[in-house]
Amino acid sequence: MPEQDPFSSVRQLSDALHAKEVSAREVADEHLRRIDALDGGIGAFLSVTPDLARSQADDADAQLASGGAGPLVGVPMQIKDNMATRGLRTTCGSKMLDGFRPPYDATVTIALREAGAVLLGKGNMDEYAMGSSNENSAFKPVHNPWDTDRVPGGSSGGPAAAVAAGLVPFSLGSDTGGSIRQPASLCGVVGLKPTYGLVSRYGLIAFASSLDQIGPFTRTVGDAALVMNAITGKDPHDSTSIAGTTSDYTAGLNDGVAGLRIGVVPEYFGEGIDPEVARVTLAAIAQLESLGAQVDWNVPLPNSRAALAVYYVIAPSECSANLARYDGVKFGYSDPNEANLWQALESTRETGFGTEVKRRIMMGTYALSSGYYDAYYKKAQQVRTLIREEFDRAFQRVDVLITPTSPTVAFKIGEKVADPVVMHASDVCTVPANIAGIPGISVPCGFVDGLPVGLQMLGPAMSEATLFRAAHAYEQSTDWHLQHPSL
Amino acid sequence: MSSPPNTGPTGASSTGPDRLTADEVRRVAKLCRVGLTDDEVEQLRGEMASLLAEVSVLQAIDTDGVEPTGHAVEGVHTVMRDDVPIEPMTVEDVLANAPQREGDYFRVRAVME
Repeated sequence: MPEQDPFSSVRQLSDALHAKEVSAREVADEHLRRIDALDGGIGAFLSVTPDLARSQADDADAQLASGGAGPLVGVPMQIKDNMATRGLRTTCGSKMLDGFRPPYDATVTIALREAGAVLLGKGNMDEYAMGSSNENSAFKPVHNPWDTDRVPGGSSGGPAAAVAAGLVPFSLGSDTGGSIRQPASLCGVVGLKPTYGLVSRYGLIAFASSLDQIGPFTRTVGDAALVMNAITGKDPHDSTSIAGTTSDYTAGLNDGVAGLRIGVVPEYFGEGIDPEVARVTLAAIAQLESLGAQVDWNVPLPNSRAALAVYYVIAPSECSANLARYDGVKFGYSDPNEANLWQALESTRETGFGTEVKRRIMMGTYALSSGYYDAYYKKAQQVRTLIREEFDRAFQRVDVLITPTSPTVAFKIGEKVADPVVMHASDVCTVPANIAGIPGISVPCGFVDGLPVGLQMLGPAMSEATLFRAAHAYEQSTDWHLQHPSL
Repeated sequence: MSSPPNTGPTGASSTGPDRLTADEVRRVAKLCRVGLTDDEVEQLRGEMASLLAEVSVLQAIDTDGVEPTGHAVEGVHTVMRDDVPIEPMTVEDVLANAPQREGDYFRVRAVME
């Protein structure tokens, strides 16, 4: 068996599989061996599924032998543990769902299985996807592969770390306020939050339904486009899903950025942003300009300053409604010691949920409660309108807006956990896209003190192909994506 | 809302009380049926006040006559499908994760004592 490069892209692995240089079984075994050797120090997986992986790999080899196999056939993957996998433990990072085995598959689980990808396991995450550091996982923290004393970001910390560490070539995450882009930035990989609705959320455990979106983690922009080809589209099981405008997101990848209008948002290069992160990001924009993009260095979004406040009203409010279903009756943890329904309910939710989840349920319940609804929830929805309109106006001037993805590089485990308001500031650059429902991609753009920095590109709804084109042009003119942590 | 002087760990807010009262925290906990220990109530008194201060910037924004956005994508409405029977999930699948079941039913504990 030839030696495998654990940092091969999806495309490279796919080419090697189709050329029969390596079998899907060998690829799966090598990745499982690497997970076994390395994940103890990283914690990117909440469960590993070797038997299923080998059986799916054997099916993939049969498909590859008979010809006509698609580009993901035999390619290993991970899925964040808030997406349903039938019969396989799906915890959402919570004790509440520790033993939960979903009776059905998420639409994305089915789509990737049908595309021939091989599931190696489920990705660690902040409990119910609430967090920016993965320290809220009820099971174990995730360690950043670039410095294991540091966080990988969150809430999709497991997927970001797994891809960065070469444990899988791609993973699926979910992004409610930055939970794909921010950890992608902190771990030095590519992460895309698609347009709201473009990827079905059937089988995604709900957090904040007007904001949640599934998207890919990969090591290259082209790989993210390949994964999107497999997971987008209208789904009869998700009435908020929308049909894509293309069936092949890789088609325009090499079209370059000549003439592309790029806007720089000044609010995201000043106060609250680490000056070194701003410097690295500005250098990346200059690079895009040298590649032929037309850069407008001043496209202000003043209302977006309120996006964090809008988010921290809307997300907890919707979470308090969505998490009302955990009653200890139909599925999930149930306190066996209480004889009375109401006491059992309170005690089940007291013990089953962690601190951050309870805090958000409490805040959301407060904001929605009688007498406060207009001042908080309705007010936040009105400011949400202003933020959307501001993006609409900006996208009349430019095709793509650029900000840093995260205001800082990866911080130390434990550094921000004591103060939720300080932790929330990690999401300042990413929440506006969720508020507006628009797509955003984070692509590696350099390092500060040996830790990765991500560049965020935002576009209007359904502009994924443009984001891929711009991000790919930038990526291919650098070698950031070819640098990997030594483990 | 009345509140004692700020003694909480998370600092003061400029626009509201430094801490909610314990009764306010317990009232909210009752609404969402989350049991809290006395320590958690104490902790939340300060944390909730500082989180409310965090979102108070919204109050300064003029939203007169602005329609609220409940959903980020326009043109998506309640969807109807053709009334064609489909195979539902089996009873065994539905009950497979039940903490307590009795026959083909979820077992629920006593509502009234």
